Amino acid sequence: MFYHDFRTMLIRLRAQFIKELLCILRDPRNRVVVFVPPLMQLLIFSYAATMEVRNLDIAVYNQDTGRAAQELVWHLEAARFIAQVHHVHSNTALREQLVQGKVIAAIAIPADFSRTVAVSGSGHAQVLVDGRRSNSGQIVVGYLSSIARDIRFTADTAPIPETSVTVRHWFNPNLVYLWFMVPGLTGTLAFFSALMITALSIARERELGTFDQLLVSPASTLEIILSKSLPALVISSLLALLMITLAIWFFRIPFTGSFGLLLIGLVLFILSAVGIGLVISAISMTQQQAILGGFVIGVPTVLISGFATPVENMPLLLQWLAQAIPLTHFLIIIEGCFLKALPPRDVLANLWPLAVIAFTMLPIAMIFARSRLQ
Amino acid sequence: MYPVAALPPSSAAEHDDTAIIIDHVDKHFGNVHALRDLSAEIHYGRLTGLVGPDGAGKTTLMRILTGLLVPDAGHATLAGFDVVANNDAIHVVSGYMPQRFGLYEDLTVMENMHLYAQLRGMDAGRHIDLFTKLLDFTRLAPFTGRLAGKLSGGMKQKLGLACALMARPRVLLLDEPSVGVDPVSRQDLWRMVQALTGEGMAVVWSTAYLDEAERCDSVLLLNEGRLAFAGPPGELTGRLKGRSFRLEAVGAQRRAVLAEALDLDTIGDGVIQGAGVRVVLRAGAGPEKIQALAGRVGARLTPVPARFEDAFIDLLGGGPGGTSALAERLSPVELTSDIAVSCHNLTKRFGDFIATDNVSFKVHKGEIFGLLGPNGAGKSTTFKMLCGLLKPTGGEAHVVGLDLRRAPGIAKAQLGYMAQKFSLYGLLSVRQNLEFSAGVYGLDSTTQRERIEEMIRIFDLHDWLSAAPDSLPLGHKQRLALACALMHHPPVLFLDEPTSGVDPITRREFWTHINGLARKGVTIMVTTHFMDEAEYCDRVAMLYRARLIALDTPDVLKRDAASADRPDPTMEDAFIHLVETSALTDEVKI
Repeated sequence: MFYHDFRTMLIRLRAQFIKELLCILRDPRNRVVVFVPPLMQLLIFSYAATMEVRNLDIAVYNQDTGRAAQELVWHLEAARFIAQVHHVHSNTALREQLVQGKVIAAIAIPADFSRTVAVSGSGHAQVLVDGRRSNSGQIVVGYLSSIARDIRFTADTAPIPETSVTVRHWFNPNLVYLWFMVPGLTGTLAFFSALMITALSIARERELGTFDQLLVSPASTLEIILSKSLPALVISSLLALLMITLAIWFFRIPFTGSFGLLLIGLVLFILSAVGIGLVISAISMTQQQAILGGFVIGVPTVLISGFATPVENMPLLLQWLAQAIPLTHFLIIIEGCFLKALPPRDVLANLWPLAVIAFTMLPIAMIFARSRLQ
Repeated sequence: MYPVAALPPSSAAEHDDTAIIIDHVDKHFGNVHALRDLSAEIHYGRLTGLVGPDGAGKTTLMRILTGLLVPDAGHATLAGFDVVANNDAIHVVSGYMPQRFGLYEDLTVMENMHLYAQLRGMDAGRHIDLFTKLLDFTRLAPFTGRLAGKLSGGMKQKLGLACALMARPRVLLLDEPSVGVDPVSRQDLWRMVQALTGEGMAVVWSTAYLDEAERCDSVLLLNEGRLAFAGPPGELTGRLKGRSFRLEAVGAQRRAVLAEALDLDTIGDGVIQGAGVRVVLRAGAGPEKIQALAGRVGARLTPVPARFEDAFIDLLGGGPGGTSALAERLSPVELTSDIAVSCHNLTKRFGDFIATDNVSFKVHKGEIFGLLGPNGAGKSTTFKMLCGLLKPTGGEAHVVGLDLRRAPGIAKAQLGYMAQKFSLYGLLSVRQNLEFSAGVYGLDSTTQRERIEEMIRIFDLHDWLSAAPDSLPLGHKQRLALACALMHHPPVLFLDEPTSGVDPITRREFWTHINGLARKGVTIMVTTHFMDEAEYCDRVAMLYRARLIALDTPDVLKRDAASADRPDPTMEDAFIHLVETSALTDEVKI
């Protein structure tokens, strides 16, 4: 008897699962929300990121005629991120280039540069960076430092340095924008796709009147919630995996952590997003309300998650709130797995909050879906 | 600007009384051919019914006449102005009341009227007497301070009518004004419209209710975008003289008798009327065979006057046969108890609003039980509580002895449900919808395959299997909905407004199946605001303002309403009679 009940339950679940999958994949609104933004944003961001650290112009005022100075200039001219090196012949012209925004950085090589190098093994050149473009500027300094290191010089960023400071960025030594952008974006976009698929799911049926049909059928609320969760889980996880694959093979971002742990994190993370989406859907009466609800919840979630600004810089209250947001934890996991071989202990510390969020939101969705009957 | 608009409607009929000329009008929407080469005339001083089922092209024609749509081909003139070339003039000389009139729900009755006056460029302050006249005419005077959103369906329509009449149009176009209006308010609307035509106005009243056609002076009957008939309704029904009969007092076997009658080659159409069966002979056929049938079952055969619906079905070549292939395949229903559905003191409150007030009844196995009432009377709420979609505030509801809100999944398989709008998955194909229904009721794969094939064959869905349900013709859509609801052979079937807006042929076919199911012992719960449809029911519960005001067989309800000047009342008459005699007098009559 029990076996029979279980079997009919599986039949019911299967029917609902297929229905749900077909609805998601065939709904033009869903297709737009689910598939277009992730792929488009991934491409736009990667392209925008390329623009920031490449194709830059640099001005050089070389007052030295020695071999070391010439070597430095050659290296600059050969550097991949520099489009053109403008040679100027006065400090005023150098400043002019920078002020007018023609170049992002200006390098003044003093007349005694080669001599100092020959005597002490290292020399000082002055680097002026356009502070108006601070992000790119910092990255350029990073690049220049690595060039200088390659040819055993140090590049000074201060006009008259008392001690020369070398900044070294761990895990992303060249501060490649893409390296932290793409994993973060993967999490954000997967979150939105899961949120939207599920937010629309119950609301769509309610709007079209099929939800009543479903409620009078033998399918229990648990089955309804399950059958709405699974397809969203599958689709959003596959989407995230596709983006991770692109990150590794297309964007060539080093993946240093454990893939298995990332996968567990991904599933729990999508489940929690599904839970939040289903709660929104259970409350909404129409698809329009559901979409609105999705954005009202989704956008602040991304802002507080630490995707754009570090959580540590937020007011205490928001820091607490951030802990309740699945994206916060998943960003730590995915960025950690990509760039810094996050040890299992640290992954676990972020896995259990995801599990807690997922397994609180799903029952709440169930309660809401049922209580709407009254 | 247009002096003609300032003329009182009565002086309109100077030389020519033609208000509207429709000349070979054609209109497509994508693949849908909404109007096909339509030509007709509409006259001043007459009430013209634009009659046809949903999707016949009524609204399209209305919107072309008011200049809101441009025809693909052909011309139309209204009060002498071309609807395309003189679009601005059309808005001045015509009044249009769309299906959902654009009332501002957060404004009061008076504020709405002021707003429409201003939109019409009238100085509201200078038209006090016009307002008084309109309020008087619509009997809305006691409610000027009430928010439009708080009005009943009938009162909303009257306010809409008042606003449409504001600029004293010469042509008034009303798009399905009687939908969602209770029978009492409907009477009021008729009275108003008749007064207007008396003043010389041309009034076009569109409707899907064929019985309303009989009240019009002239009728344009549309079917699938074509003009099926134009002229006085009497002319059409006149063709059926001597062909309509009623088998009186057939009683319990009436469904079997109807099925048998419909299978006779001499019978074109038939319906159940209370304990009797009403039949229409095919053109040129003699009454011998039906006479013989009447003799065999011991029923008296009396000639009855033809109805407009008879004529429409005759025009379309007769209705479907009487045998339901679906019911044939069903094995008789066995229930442990004779009571299939019951409710006791069922009450539902939404805040201050009482939607269902203390309703109790019992429905027997194999009975067709109707919940009848105008929109907003509480029939949908009661219905939803019965099948477990709403939680009652008080009282209990049971289906086959189970409270469906608490019943386990397996118990829910006892009921089939067909929602008001065709609640099919539009994103799934016809076959996928069938597969989903079979799957969600937990049928095993062999049974699934058998049942789906069976439904496809019975309902003739073969050519539509990969189509989207929304692209199906209305009749097929209804078949599909019924197929999905019956996939698991439920002993109790819930039908919520199953035939609203459906053409009469499809409705006949639908009831053939329902009658067949009832004969197999399936209990049918049906809600309807079609008073005529209640005739099919064994018993009818009449709901009005959340209360059960009567519960009996259609014949008894009608008999109670009979009077000297109305010896053979319709269900609608019976309903009006009940409302008038119950303590709940219409608030318009204060």
